[in-house]
Amino acid sequence: MQQEQEHWDLVIKPKNKWYDVDLAAIWHYRDLLMLLVRRDFVAVYKQTILGPLWFFIQPIFTSLTFTLIFGGIAKISTDSMPPILFYMAGVTLWRYFSDCLNNTSNTFIANAGVFGKVYFPRLIMPLSVLVSNLIKLGIQLLIFLIIWLYYLVTGTQVQPQWYLLLVLPLLILMMAGLGLGFGILISSLTTKYRDLSFLIGFGVQLLMYGSSVIIPVSSITNAHLKMAMLLNPLTSIIEAFKYIFLGSGFFSAYWLIYDFAFMMIVLAVAVLMFNKVEKTFMDTV
Amino acid sequence: MTVIKVENLGKQYHLGQVGTGTISHDLNRWWHRVRGKEDPYLKIGDTNDRTTKGNSDIVWALKDINFEVKQGEVLGIIGRNGAGKSTLLKILSRVTGPTVGDVKVKGRIASLLEVGTGFHPDLSGRENIFLNGAILGMSKQEIKNKFDEIVDFAGVERYIDTPVKRYSSGMYVRLAFAVAAHLEPEILIVDEVLAVGDAEFQKKCLGKMKDVSGQGRTVLFVSHNMPSIKALCTRGLYLEKGGVTFLGDINQTIAKYFEIKAVFEKKGIVPESYERYNTGQAKIKSVQLVDENDMATSEVLYRSKIKFKIKIDVLERINDAIVDIKIVSKDGVVITHTMNIDQDDKPYSLDVGIHDFEVDLHNSFHPDYYNTTVGIHYSIGATIDYLEHIYDFQILNIGQESDYTVSWKHGYLKLDSKWQKV
Repeated sequence: MQQEQEHWDLVIKPKNKWYDVDLAAIWHYRDLLMLLVRRDFVAVYKQTILGPLWFFIQPIFTSLTFTLIFGGIAKISTDSMPPILFYMAGVTLWRYFSDCLNNTSNTFIANAGVFGKVYFPRLIMPLSVLVSNLIKLGIQLLIFLIIWLYYLVTGTQVQPQWYLLLVLPLLILMMAGLGLGFGILISSLTTKYRDLSFLIGFGVQLLMYGSSVIIPVSSITNAHLKMAMLLNPLTSIIEAFKYIFLGSGFFSAYWLIYDFAFMMIVLAVAVLMFNKVEKTFMDTV
Repeated sequence: MTVIKVENLGKQYHLGQVGTGTISHDLNRWWHRVRGKEDPYLKIGDTNDRTTKGNSDIVWALKDINFEVKQGEVLGIIGRNGAGKSTLLKILSRVTGPTVGDVKVKGRIASLLEVGTGFHPDLSGRENIFLNGAILGMSKQEIKNKFDEIVDFAGVERYIDTPVKRYSSGMYVRLAFAVAAHLEPEILIVDEVLAVGDAEFQKKCLGKMKDVSGQGRTVLFVSHNMPSIKALCTRGLYLEKGGVTFLGDINQTIAKYFEIKAVFEKKGIVPESYERYNTGQAKIKSVQLVDENDMATSEVLYRSKIKFKIKIDVLERINDAIVDIKIVSKDGVVITHTMNIDQDDKPYSLDVGIHDFEVDLHNSFHPDYYNTTVGIHYSIGATIDYLEHIYDFQILNIGQESDYTVSWKHGYLKLDSKWQKV
């Protein structure tokens, strides 16, 4: 009996320990995660005529805009690739990152209504965002592949590196990790003082120009600027993606290892931070 | 077996806005932590009394809470508004963390602080059942097994594939409650969700709740509805100003509630700033409703004795004063009107000074919310002072001798009537 008294399934304490991330609980709620993904997906195109077609139209428009402005008017180098293909390649992975970041960076504030009424592992929400966006990424990848196939068949300078295709999932994983890491870090930092959230839109925009989405690293001549760009973990991921499919850009295992380490650190800090904030954010949100 | 053990639980809240002012507190707290010292703000803080303005902008919504709940117990948590009931439930359901102390729990815990959490208006009833069930902690398979039962309980079979935004509010609430009612945790925490739907549905919910507690599961239940508390709970916890004042048998707890409650009711003094029609010859100073123990109250037992106490400061001599009281329903209907001249047809003659009046009123009201309008006039009808909506009170649906048993009513008054079959 004494033994039984000592065992408690749950102890609610003032503070979570830094390392107290309950992975078992997240696994227990996996059905909720998938249902949230479904909700996001279905709710987006309810009451539209074109429905899921919008998932295709958006990225095409973005690429066309870039082609027109940066390729056509500003005449920025596209590493001698067809501009539309070049921008498409950059935008596809970039959008996954920026969508993940934007949609997770307001996790606490946007879900305060639900979080204030019922408990489930809070990480479920940002994780469901990653999965929802993965579906969007799949659609964009599909469009990219169609255009890519067209140029491949018509025989332009596109030189895919087939054997490196195996690395693609890793690139996507790193984009997800970085998006999630920065996203929930921001969401943890903005529950009480929201000042930071004003900078996010601007910061993400700026980051895009510094991630070789539009301006390839090869066209940068200033050594310091080049280094700064490479220190941004997104740069070598996007360059690697371009290298795999187009043969332009570069592929560096060292930089990818650096990116991975960077992602792990950001993710670790972010999850710990998130875990600490989730306990009392309802009082200050 | 003890399934919930609460030890020294406390929760601190900051009043006021978060902004540049609060960052100095945060920095100070951080600085203390860096040096390995205790949080300096844990020592200060007022008890939670919202009627008086405290010295500090930090209050303890809960302090030194200790209690245990045994398996199969249905614990009713009662207390006035702001006593800390909701905060306690929030901590128990892990929506927010405590500031000090801890809670130990055995078994799966589910909380119902609201029905329909996470419902998405664009999704169909079917999709929302799954989503809401999953948010409440059920697995997909569990929901699948109970799906038909849920739809049947809610009675929305025909609309199950329609987006819930097209539902009537009654259907919406029924569906939401139905999902929640089919949760099967070992410990269930419920916050006044019974106050939804029509009377018939409420009865159904109450029945469902009884079933739950009958199956040996532990329930913590917060409500202002004393009859439901009385019907469901075995034990009661009385919270007051963030502390436990009573823990024990449910009937004793309810009695305690009415006993303590009266002491803290507002004194009925009319604030200087109160908007009034006033000509200056006299001023109504206070209006009070007292129960049979002469305690000021705003919650009155069904069919108990009530009395109004009015204090008027007469500034110029009035030879022919009429004092009157109107009782107004919450939808603005004047239900009854009583004047001093009803009794002996002679207006009061009032000298300069303070005058007290007491009015015994037969309590024939249905359980509901009412408010009071009080005035003093000359006998020709010219008004001297007139206070609208000065005292709110509620007639409860339980009484000392007889409870209000029917769940439907018409009108406002239940006049004494005598029935006989001839």
